[in-house]
Amino acid sequence: MIEIENVKKSFDGQEILKGISSVFEDGKCNLIIGKSGSGKTVLVKCIIGLFEPEAGHIFYDGRDLTEMNFKEKKKIRNEIGMLFQGNALFTSLSVEENVRFPLDMFTDQTLAEKKERVNFCLSRVNLEGVNDKYPSEISGGMMKRVGIARAIVLNPKYLFCDEPNSGLDPRTAIVIDQLIREITQEYQMTTIVNTHDMNSVMGIGDHVVYLHEGHNHWEGSNKEILNTKNKELYDFIFASDFLKKLKEQTD
Amino acid sequence: MFKLFAHIGKYILLLGSTLSRPEKPSMYLKEVFRQIYEIGIGSLGIVAIISTFMGAVTAVQFGTQLLEIGFIPMWWMGTILRDSMVLELAPTITALLLAGKVGSSISTELGTMRISEQIDALEIMGVNTPTYLILPKIIGALVIMPILIIASCFLGILGGLLAGMLSGFFHPSEFAKGLQDDFDPHYFEIMFIKSIVFAFIITSISCYQGYNVKGGALELGQASTRAVVFSNIVIIIANYIIAQMFL
Repeated sequence: MIEIENVKKSFDGQEILKGISSVFEDGKCNLIIGKSGSGKTVLVKCIIGLFEPEAGHIFYDGRDLTEMNFKEKKKIRNEIGMLFQGNALFTSLSVEENVRFPLDMFTDQTLAEKKERVNFCLSRVNLEGVNDKYPSEISGGMMKRVGIARAIVLNPKYLFCDEPNSGLDPRTAIVIDQLIREITQEYQMTTIVNTHDMNSVMGIGDHVVYLHEGHNHWEGSNKEILNTKNKELYDFIFASDFLKKLKEQTD
Repeated sequence: MFKLFAHIGKYILLLGSTLSRPEKPSMYLKEVFRQIYEIGIGSLGIVAIISTFMGAVTAVQFGTQLLEIGFIPMWWMGTILRDSMVLELAPTITALLLAGKVGSSISTELGTMRISEQIDALEIMGVNTPTYLILPKIIGALVIMPILIIASCFLGILGGLLAGMLSGFFHPSEFAKGLQDDFDPHYFEIMFIKSIVFAFIITSISCYQGYNVKGGALELGQASTRAVVFSNIVIIIANYIIAQMFL
C-alpha cells in the first residue's frame, strides 16, 4: 500500500501540486487522471522519488520515502517496476537483454536461471519468439509489453504506469489495460496508472483520483465516476460532444 | 559569469557522484570494455588517416623551407618531425579530432537516453546512473586515448618519412639519424600527460552536456555542439598550461 499525505511541489515559483493526499491499496488498479498540465506526471515522479516534494509524506507500506537516505531509497526502488509513456527501452539491447537487465544488475542468478525468468515474463505478457529482436524492430504494442515484462521481472511490490496507452490503437490499449489489471491482481501489487484515457478509467479504474489545478479534486471508483456531480470532472469525462450526447440519451 | 560558475559547480558535483560503489562490478567492467572498443577501434581509422597526412604535410613544408634556407642539414627533419609529433601534433590534433568524433557521440548517446526516459528507467531500477553511464566512459577513454595518441605519433612520423622520401628531401638513413639525435624521453612523458588530461576533458565535458539535456531534438543538437566546442576550448587551454608547467 502507498499512502501520500499533503504532497506539495513547485517549479520556478509555480505551485504544481497543492497538497495531495490519497491511499493506493494493494491488488487494485489506482488511476490518476486529469487534464494535461494538472500535475499527474509530477505527482507520480514525486511518489517514485524522481522529484523531491517540498512538503508532505509518501509512505510505502509504512516506510516514509521523504525521510529516507540514498541507500534506503535505492532499496525501495528495487521493489518498484515502472512502465514509461515512451517505453524507455534500451535501444542498443535486444528484447531479451532489456528484460534481463534488472536481473543482470541486481541478482546473482546464473544465465540459465535469468533466461528462464525472462521467458516466463515475456510469455506472461503474451510475447514470445521476439527475444532477439531490437526495440526498433517491434511494434508499439509489443514495446509496451516488453516494458511491462521488464517492470515485473524482479517481482516488484509496486507497479507504476505512465500513460500506458498513449500511441496505441483502441484494441491494443484494451489488451494492455487488461494485462496491467491481471498482473496487479495476480501478484497483489500496488499499481498506480497515470492516464487521461477514459477507456482505461472505465475498464480498470478500481480507484480513481482526479487531479485539477494541483488539487485532489475527486476520488472514487469507475462505477461512481459516470454519476459524478463534480462539474470539473464531468466536463473532463464528457469533453467530447459524442460522449456528452450519448450520456444524455442514456439518461 | 554567474551561469559559468553554476555550470562548473554542477559539473564537479556530477563528477563527484560518479565515484560511488558499483551495484555489480562485472556489469561496469563490461561497459568499460565496450567503451574502449567504441572509442578505440571506432576512431582508429580516422586517427590513422589524419595522422599520416599530418606528418606528410609537416615533412613537405619543413623540407621546402630547409631547402630554401640551404645551410641546415636535411637530417634535422627527422628531429623536427619527431618533436612536433610527440609534443604537439599527435596529442593535441588527435584530441581535437576525438573531441569532435567521440565527444559528440557521447553527448548524443546520453542526451537521447535522457530525453527518451532511459536514464529515469535506470534510476527507478535503483542504478546509480552517473556511475553506470559516465564512469566507464571516462575510464575507457583514459585507457585507450594514450594508445591512440602513440599510434598517431608513430603514423605521423611514418607519413613524414614517406613524404620526405617521395619528395627527395632525404635518404631514410638521414631521417633515422635525425629521429635518434638528442632524444629526450621527457617529451614522451609530456605526451602521455597530455593524452590523459585530454581524454578526461573530452569524456567528462561531453557526459556533462549529454546527461543534463532537457527538451527535445533541438536541445540535443545544441548539447552535442556545446560538448565539442567546450571540449576544444578546454583542451587548448590545458595544452598551454601543460606546456608551461612541464617544458
